Amino acid sequence: MGNLNLKINGDHHPVDAPDHWTLLEVLRYRLDLTGSKQGCDKGDCGACTVLVDGKPELACLLLAGASEGREITTIEGLMPAHRAAGGTGADPVQDAFDRAGALQCGFCQPGMMLSTRALLNEEERPSRERIREALSGNLCRCTGYTQIIQAVELAIHETCGEPVEHPAWAPDQAPWGDAVSTVPGRKGTGSSDTTQGEQA
Amino acid sequence: MLRLPTFELHKPTTVAAALEAAAASGPATRFVAGGTDLLPNLKHEMIEADHLVSLAGIESLRGIRLDGDDLVIGPMTSLTDVASSELVQERAPALAQAAGVVAGPQHRNQGTLGGNVMLDTRCQWINQSYFWRSALGFCLKKDGTECHVIEGGKRCVAAVSNDSIAPLYTVGAKLVFQSLATPEMIAAGAPEGVQTRPVPVDALFKADGAYNKKVGLQELLTEIRIPALPAGHRGSYQKLRLRGSIDFPQLGIAARLDLDEAGVIVHADVVAIVVAARPVRVKKAPDQLVGQTPGTPGFEAALAELCDLATRSVKALPNIPGDTEWRQRMVPVLIEDAIRACV
Ligand SMILES: Cc1cc2nc3c(=O)[nH]c(=O)nc-3n(C[C@H](O)[C@H](O)[C@H](O)COP(=O)(O)OP(=O)(O)OC[C@H]3O[C@@H](n4cnc5c(N)ncnc54)[C@H](O)[C@@H]3O)c2cc1C
Ligand code: SF4
Ligand code: FES
Ligand code: FES
Repeated sequence: MGNLNLKINGDHHPVDAPDHWTLLEVLRYRLDLTGSKQGCDKGDCGACTVLVDGKPELACLLLAGASEGREITTIEGLMPAHRAAGGTGADPVQDAFDRAGALQCGFCQPGMMLSTRALLNEEERPSRERIREALSGNLCRCTGYTQIIQAVELAIHETCGEPVEHPAWAPDQAPWGDAVSTVPGRKGTGSSDTTQGEQA
Repeated sequence: MLRLPTFELHKPTTVAAALEAAAASGPATRFVAGGTDLLPNLKHEMIEADHLVSLAGIESLRGIRLDGDDLVIGPMTSLTDVASSELVQERAPALAQAAGVVAGPQHRNQGTLGGNVMLDTRCQWINQSYFWRSALGFCLKKDGTECHVIEGGKRCVAAVSNDSIAPLYTVGAKLVFQSLATPEMIAAGAPEGVQTRPVPVDALFKADGAYNKKVGLQELLTEIRIPALPAGHRGSYQKLRLRGSIDFPQLGIAARLDLDEAGVIVHADVVAIVVAARPVRVKKAPDQLVGQTPGTPGFEAALAELCDLATRSVKALPNIPGDTEWRQRMVPVLIEDAIRACV
């Protein structure tokens, strides 16, 4: 049943929603996928970012009815997709954001991580300038962005199987260079399986 | 949380079905492309619509191709695709540059060139929530009787703010619109059947910020056509904004210079946006620059004089957020930057 059939995180979701509902409203208030945040609700902040056919778009400005037939990925879909592809643990992007302490309140994180995932799917080793540009539609009121950019760089290095320089701000006991997730088809630097960072 | 008002959504998969849906739904109908302009305006109750016709399912409106000598861009092509297209970068470099600096990455993935061409005007007193506007007693663009920008003004001067439009002016783009008359329009003498009309981009706008287009709401933009430009064509778009991303332009300048084989300027055009409700062409540009050779003292003198003269016709108004005097002072700076980026 349902007047709409949405494909979200690889699953078909039949849902009933009025014509004037946005995709964000359907995700949050019909499907309980509350990882996508409702910030400004008018396109200014990027908290509602989801991937549509692999590209970051704003769910608060997307009509649910116009999202049929598109592949939608929310933050809840990152880890299952990573594991389905043979990886362990969380998506390396989620894991890197966690270990780099790239968050305070966390409100911007789902959008930040999805914009990062889209960037890394497109480009293996983006420059710092390219990272800044790719994340420039995601506002963060807390962190000042430094750790966010370093988290992306950490994810890049680990995905490429390269040692990571110990950042000046990271405490000595941080498990730096001791990755908790592996990437399918690549040589990771660690292999311990953990569900740490799992999104509820 | 900003809820959308209720409306009925139509999801045609062909242009013909979209035109039929629009004609059958009456005057309070809007086409919706990426929705990145329309949805905030609906949420703010700045626009009222009982019916939306989504263009998302019409594949024929997407894509970039050559048709004879013309470069044809489908209105549903995303700004990301316009910015990264080699064809566009080669043939209309200023348009590729402008598409690449619209809003932020998500808006450019979602937002389309057609939606950008048809963007509503912007003003600091109107792009606000209904509650905010009500506290001010509204304004004459919507629900009120006064203009807060021009005291006693009888016409809205909200700013034309679509980055792509200045470059489209300079390359002489043609917009193709299709429409189907509503039964009421047919009763009043309008022709039946699908009507197609090409509109030169510089004939699209009128000086009224309340609705700054000369085409009706039931007219569907189906093609953006850019004629072949000479081999020596150069173009540049310069945008003034506070942050490097997300922000609408505070001022936008597109410049075009065509050089002949000897490096002499044979065609020059400069167009400004975000000053008034319609783009402003700097009419002195050809007089000053045609016949000059970049790199010579004559060119330097002509460019300096053009920048000076332009400030007389390009006048910033306090219509958008930001320091009006700063925007005004940046007019000659951006014109110089835009011209220098071409040579
Ligand atoms: C935070 C934010 C920042 C922004 N910054 C910028 C900026 O810097 N520069 C800029 O130019 N824009 C900016 N925008 C506006 C917008 O994102 C872009 O202009 C975008 O290109 C609009 O395209 P769309 O497909 O989303 O249009 P929509 O919102 O779908 O449509 C816009 C208008 O065009 C009409 N329309 C759409 N397609 C057609 C068609 N084929 N035929 C006839 N009418 C049509 C619609 O009815 C509507 O009136 C910003 C928006 C937001 C929310
Ligand atoms: S220019 Fe005047 S009438 Fe137009 S939106 Fe602004 S305040 Fe309202
Ligand atoms: S909630 Fe969608 S951009 Fe802010
Ligand atoms: S961590 Fe609070 S908004 Fe980014």
